[in-house]
Amino acid sequence: MESPAEIVQHTAGGMIGASWLMIAFPLLGAAILLILGRMTNRWGHLLGVAMSLASFVVAVLTFLELIGLPADQRRQAVRLYEFIPGMVDMGLLIDPLSISFALLITGVGSLIHIYSIGYMAHDPERRRFFSYLNLFVAAMLLLVLAHNYVGLFIGWEGVGLASYLLIGFWQFKPSAAVAAKKAFIVNRVGDFGLLVGMFIILATFHTLTFSDLGAQIAKSPPSGGAITAIGLLLLLGACGKSAQLPLQSWLLDAMEGPTPVSALIHAATMVTAGVYLVVRSGAFFFPPDSAQALAVSIVGAATLLAGAIIGCAKDDIKKGLAGSTMSQIGYMMLGAGLGPVGYAFAIGHLITHGFFKADMFLGAGSVMHAMNDEVDMRKYGGLRKFMPLTFVTFFVGYLAIIGFPLLSGYFTKDGIIETAVHHQPILGWLAVLGAGITGFYMSRMVFMTFFGEKRWEKDAHPHESPAVMTWPLILLSIGAVFLGGYLILSNRLMDFLAPAVGAPPLSERPEFDPFSTAGLATLALVAVGAGFAWVRYGRAEVPAVAPRGSFLTTFARRDLFGDALNESLFMRPGQWLTRFAVYFDNRGVDGLVNGLAAGIGGTSGRLRRIQTGFARTYALSILFGAALLAGALLLVGNI
Amino acid sequence: MNDAVVAPTIEYGTLAPMLLVFGAAVVGVLVEAFAPRYLRKSIHVPLTLLSLAGAFALVILQVVKGAVPTAPVAMGAVAVDGPSLFIWGVILVLSFVCVLMINDEGHFVASAAAVPGSADEEEAEAAGGSHTEVYPLVLFAVGGMLLFPASHDLLTMFVGLEVMSLPLYLLCGLARRRRLLSQEASMKYFLLGAFSSAFFLYGTAMIYGYAGTVSFTGINKALATGSLLDPILLLGLSLLGVGLLFKIGAAPFQAWKPDVYQGAPTPITALMASGTLVAAVGALLRVFWVALGNMDWDWRPVMWAVAALTMVVGAILAITQTDIKRMLAYSSIAHAGFLLIGVMATFDKTAQNSKSLSAILFYLLVYSLATVGAFAVVTMVRDPGGEAGHLSRWAGLGKRAPILAGIFAFFLLAFAGIPLTSGFFGKYAVFAAALASGSEAGDSLGGWMTGLVVVGVIASAIAAFFYVRVIVLMFFSEPAADGPSIAVPSTGTVAVIAISLLVTVGVGLFPQPMLDLANQAASGLFIR
Repeated sequence: MESPAEIVQHTAGGMIGASWLMIAFPLLGAAILLILGRMTNRWGHLLGVAMSLASFVVAVLTFLELIGLPADQRRQAVRLYEFIPGMVDMGLLIDPLSISFALLITGVGSLIHIYSIGYMAHDPERRRFFSYLNLFVAAMLLLVLAHNYVGLFIGWEGVGLASYLLIGFWQFKPSAAVAAKKAFIVNRVGDFGLLVGMFIILATFHTLTFSDLGAQIAKSPPSGGAITAIGLLLLLGACGKSAQLPLQSWLLDAMEGPTPVSALIHAATMVTAGVYLVVRSGAFFFPPDSAQALAVSIVGAATLLAGAIIGCAKDDIKKGLAGSTMSQIGYMMLGAGLGPVGYAFAIGHLITHGFFKADMFLGAGSVMHAMNDEVDMRKYGGLRKFMPLTFVTFFVGYLAIIGFPLLSGYFTKDGIIETAVHHQPILGWLAVLGAGITGFYMSRMVFMTFFGEKRWEKDAHPHESPAVMTWPLILLSIGAVFLGGYLILSNRLMDFLAPAVGAPPLSERPEFDPFSTAGLATLALVAVGAGFAWVRYGRAEVPAVAPRGSFLTTFARRDLFGDALNESLFMRPGQWLTRFAVYFDNRGVDGLVNGLAAGIGGTSGRLRRIQTGFARTYALSILFGAALLAGALLLVGNI
Repeated sequence: MNDAVVAPTIEYGTLAPMLLVFGAAVVGVLVEAFAPRYLRKSIHVPLTLLSLAGAFALVILQVVKGAVPTAPVAMGAVAVDGPSLFIWGVILVLSFVCVLMINDEGHFVASAAAVPGSADEEEAEAAGGSHTEVYPLVLFAVGGMLLFPASHDLLTMFVGLEVMSLPLYLLCGLARRRRLLSQEASMKYFLLGAFSSAFFLYGTAMIYGYAGTVSFTGINKALATGSLLDPILLLGLSLLGVGLLFKIGAAPFQAWKPDVYQGAPTPITALMASGTLVAAVGALLRVFWVALGNMDWDWRPVMWAVAALTMVVGAILAITQTDIKRMLAYSSIAHAGFLLIGVMATFDKTAQNSKSLSAILFYLLVYSLATVGAFAVVTMVRDPGGEAGHLSRWAGLGKRAPILAGIFAFFLLAFAGIPLTSGFFGKYAVFAAALASGSEAGDSLGGWMTGLVVVGVIASAIAAFFYVRVIVLMFFSEPAADGPSIAVPSTGTVAVIAISLLVTVGVGLFPQPMLDLANQAASGLFIR
């Protein structure tokens, strides 16, 4: 096993020294747009795009400088300033892992910024929308670039805030406001895990900085309960942000936000933060074959199936895509739980997924834009003739996600599946099954939307979207075609990431094998799924109102009873608990606290009377004070 | 007499900031005497602001040039060292923003001599004039604030104290609204201030009797050789202490603060709560560290009790206050206690002392700016009869003026020392310095320092309660139907709030530059 390279302190200036500009640009954009407010309404969106593009340029230049360094020098820590004196220095860690994320965030982020110019053109609050988007990009970059857990946590909360603001962007819709609140609260559970995990790290290692942690762990490999606890708590954090079981329930509701938000935050970038956390901490905290690593894989496998099943039953195009997002992140988690053999595939899938999922979400947005914001796929049909560009780009994304040979998803997902089958056979075959289901529900989506008969509402006049929206689609779909092969063939990504996250020794790095059993089984199942979808939704008529369906359909439609489970397991007992707590609080705690408060308040009230308002009393108190002081000093002096 | 009178040498370059302020004040008096009434304000405002900005530029120039003297100047009367320059810079910034607030119409009475409620008052009000003497008075007070912490002998310090205080006594009585309250505040402040000055002077006399000199260097030398148990020294020390502790408002000498802060016109309250506090803490440090540094073994236990009492009294009494300005006054008392923790964190170790000193300087900077910002917000929330002082009037402000209430809430959080505000780092630095001093070998107080920090943390928790209570009141109560109106802020007030907010947020996120500055200023310690 090749372990990660040592982190070196960056001293030369250059692009890496100036990499903080990556965060500064969008942050400045958000600040300007929020502070100047309506004054910037006319050009605010352009500023937002410019700041995002500037950040992308910095990321590219930093990347170029980084790959110019020898492999063992590619983990550069940039110290910025002392944050909490003596404890935490604010700094950035520029290494292959963080720069991969930075490129994805700024690259895909910029395309989505551009797309939003068109998508939000008729919204009076477009400027505010761009300020939140910029805020999100800045926070997400801080999350992945920070050199310590404190910075990571600030970014983590920052993206949570931006996500909350953007889901609830159309706050006049009660559903949007509720969804935003739900996302925020469910994420709190995960954040709590991350926070407690950080506390235990600090207590165990006395530092939260990655380089110091790496050095300590290299010196004495840790073991014992604390490490398991850290791993599991960080996993809880990752589950919250990445919508993994059991904290998945917020993601489907989050689709209430404007579609570019769903594409950027709830598909391409933020929800992958959990995978980042696991991989980043994995180098430190996951001894090979440990219980917590297995837990990551199990969570991943369970979520990839759950997401796929939910995706099968959704008629709302965005919720279908949200289910598939959950499912695909499940694949990444499964890969990340396998350790360094799986990291490259997990990150590779994360990057290609960022492209094809953003592509499809934006495509869905384009369809909604054309259909008066209708999201029910039962009211679509036959759209391919009316929106050819949207159709072609969406179709490319679709082929990529189901793993059509030679497209991006084929290489990255297959990599995860084969590695999983090799190391965790049971989970691996579940992933194969998941791929088959993916083939079914994604085909269902494409057939219901673009093929078959028109089932439109009367006033629908579908049209192709403007160029500012279609160009990002085209660029994203190009990535969806070629990126996977480029990254995976001849292990390009694995070699690149090796200094940051470790990798198997050179001789054992996997060769890409298109004719393995698992690979062929996956292709066969996908074909069966797609064929079944064609029979049900392509050839046959799709009823305009959803049929009642079997128990299984209901099960999937209601998000596997996730909300019902939450309600009966957490909400109701939670309500009872709060009721009991309120009772106990009123009778027991309040007695104590009120007693204390009343005590302090009473003291305060009594002491207040000393403040008579008479200057003579004050002067007397000064005199007494002086006498006391003098007396005390004479006493101290003479002891 | 064969002693020829020698012309004193004055280092004009080094003292330039102070001289500029005093000079501008004198010019201001001339303006009052000779310029026609309608022109006065338009001369005073630029004169005052430019002289303060110029003095600030001169301070910066001295720092940049590295021309910080290593010995007292002006025949040993004034010590312009790193801490002095830092304190000067802070005071000049504070007074600049306070003058921006003073500029606003409606804070000062039209004719102070008119009996409240009389026909004379109505007449003056109708004529629409106001006291432009305010500007030279403020400049004199600021000049005193500059001299007070930089003086290097007890008599110069006394002069500085009086030059700072006398204009403030007057300014306190000039509020336009609630004039009786204002006049009462002015009278009380004057009486008690005079009383405490007498203590200071008497202490000076006793110390002179012991050491035969009033120079800090001389006193320090006398202490190094003489007996430390001489009653006259101990009495002198305690009386001197009373005079200084009165100015920073430490218990049991705090009684004037709430009454005066409440009655004074709010911009003047802001100046007192920030500038006077900074100057007085600077002077306290100089007296106790430089002149009396050799007998810290004697005064530190007593200061321990004063610090603990001050924090507790300030925090507890603030809870039952119903007036926003009184509450801020008690909060200022509690913060004086926190600062005293820093003053305590000294003994004969240079590295430790510079650490404590830099913590105090940093605390002064962040606390005073947040204070000015908070008082600036207070000026904007108005009832028909003036500022809405009663806390119940602030209920629901978050719904009526969310931005203003949000900013005020932020300042309160900074006072409470919540992370990501500047206040957090201020408290952190002071507490850390105190703990470090207590754990050093050879500190006679040892574990008692930890005890003091514990008291400080408990007092912070109590204080956090009443800060958060105001936030809850603003954001979670229904606004009253006839609630206060929010004044449309002038450019000056907006600038004040913006500057304070910027520093409070900026230092909360990037404390390093300011910490570096404070460290640099404190690295050389005081001139001895």
